[in-house]
Amino acid sequence: MDSLSMVAMASIITAGLCMAIGSIGPALGQGRAVHSALSSIAQQPDERNSLTRTLFVGLAMIESIAIYCFVISMILVFANPFWTYIVKKAGG
Amino acid sequence: MEIVAINQISPDQVILFQWGWIVINATLVYTWAVMGLLVAGSILITRGLTQDRTLSRWQNLLEVILSNVRSEIREIAKDGGDSYFPFIGTLFLFILFSNLLTFIPGYVAPTSALSTTSALAVTVFFAVPLFGITKLGIIEYLKEYFRPNVIFFPFHVMGEFSRTLALAVRLFGNLMSHEKVIAILLAVTPLFFPIVMQALGLLIGLIQAYIFAILAMVYIASASQAHEEKEHKEKKHEPDRA
Repeated sequence: MDSLSMVAMASIITAGLCMAIGSIGPALGQGRAVHSALSSIAQQPDERNSLTRTLFVGLAMIESIAIYCFVISMILVFANPFWTYIVKKAGG
Repeated sequence: MEIVAINQISPDQVILFQWGWIVINATLVYTWAVMGLLVAGSILITRGLTQDRTLSRWQNLLEVILSNVRSEIREIAKDGGDSYFPFIGTLFLFILFSNLLTFIPGYVAPTSALSTTSALAVTVFFAVPLFGITKLGIIEYLKEYFRPNVIFFPFHVMGEFSRTLALAVRLFGNLMSHEKVIAILLAVTPLFFPIVMQALGLLIGLIQAYIFAILAMVYIASASQAHEEKEHKEKKHEPDRA
């Protein structure tokens, strides 16, 4: 197998794995966060505004981990530096 | 309709005009469009301000937005929230408008380019010590870096950089991923479903603008109020809360 298809295969498989494994943790975390926020709102409906604000900020923090994985896999698929390097080397 | 092709991950790569070394890409154009819209809108609305009981509906809109932003800031920064108000409000309005205008065909949110979001995050990075030093003085501000003890200094510095990176990548990733999802859906189920996702995009854009502004506010407040909190704690003998 030449290096070109090696790089392509490695980047695509890694992008898929990055997304798959990387979204497990944030999904569990967001589930826990929403669960406890909902039960707190059910216990104290008066505090709904501050609970919701904290929930959104917390969700954004958790979600950013999944977003990092997504950015990495996007870079691997669409803007792969190793791919352009190999292609340039093979072309020139 | 789609200006950014699916294999381009940011509107920086869409070059609209090039003359010698001057390159005008889509991010620049739309950033200036949003800035122009905001400035022209504010000038037009604030030209005829009244204090009567009857206000124009635009003044009413502006007052609703600004008073809500101000009350949010006051809830986080307990005292003197008004000194943060211009910075946070500008960040919020700029991100909000650049996210919400995506329902216009042909428009690409400048916040879906990593360069724009890093520029915004860098302003927050510099605003934190600026506000902190003006509130606390330089000695007290620098003491915060050694707060529990000296060992924590590198972690504080690392935290400053990593949260700036997180701010930039969070906004960019959310907007960019949403754009890509819509582009993929357009290829798969062209008629109805992309519209639903576009509507969801308005919600995502609003939440991201809110989160960016709130996080900037939290960072600034934590840098400029740490000392007061400590005094407060000593007075009331409250248990330590992280």
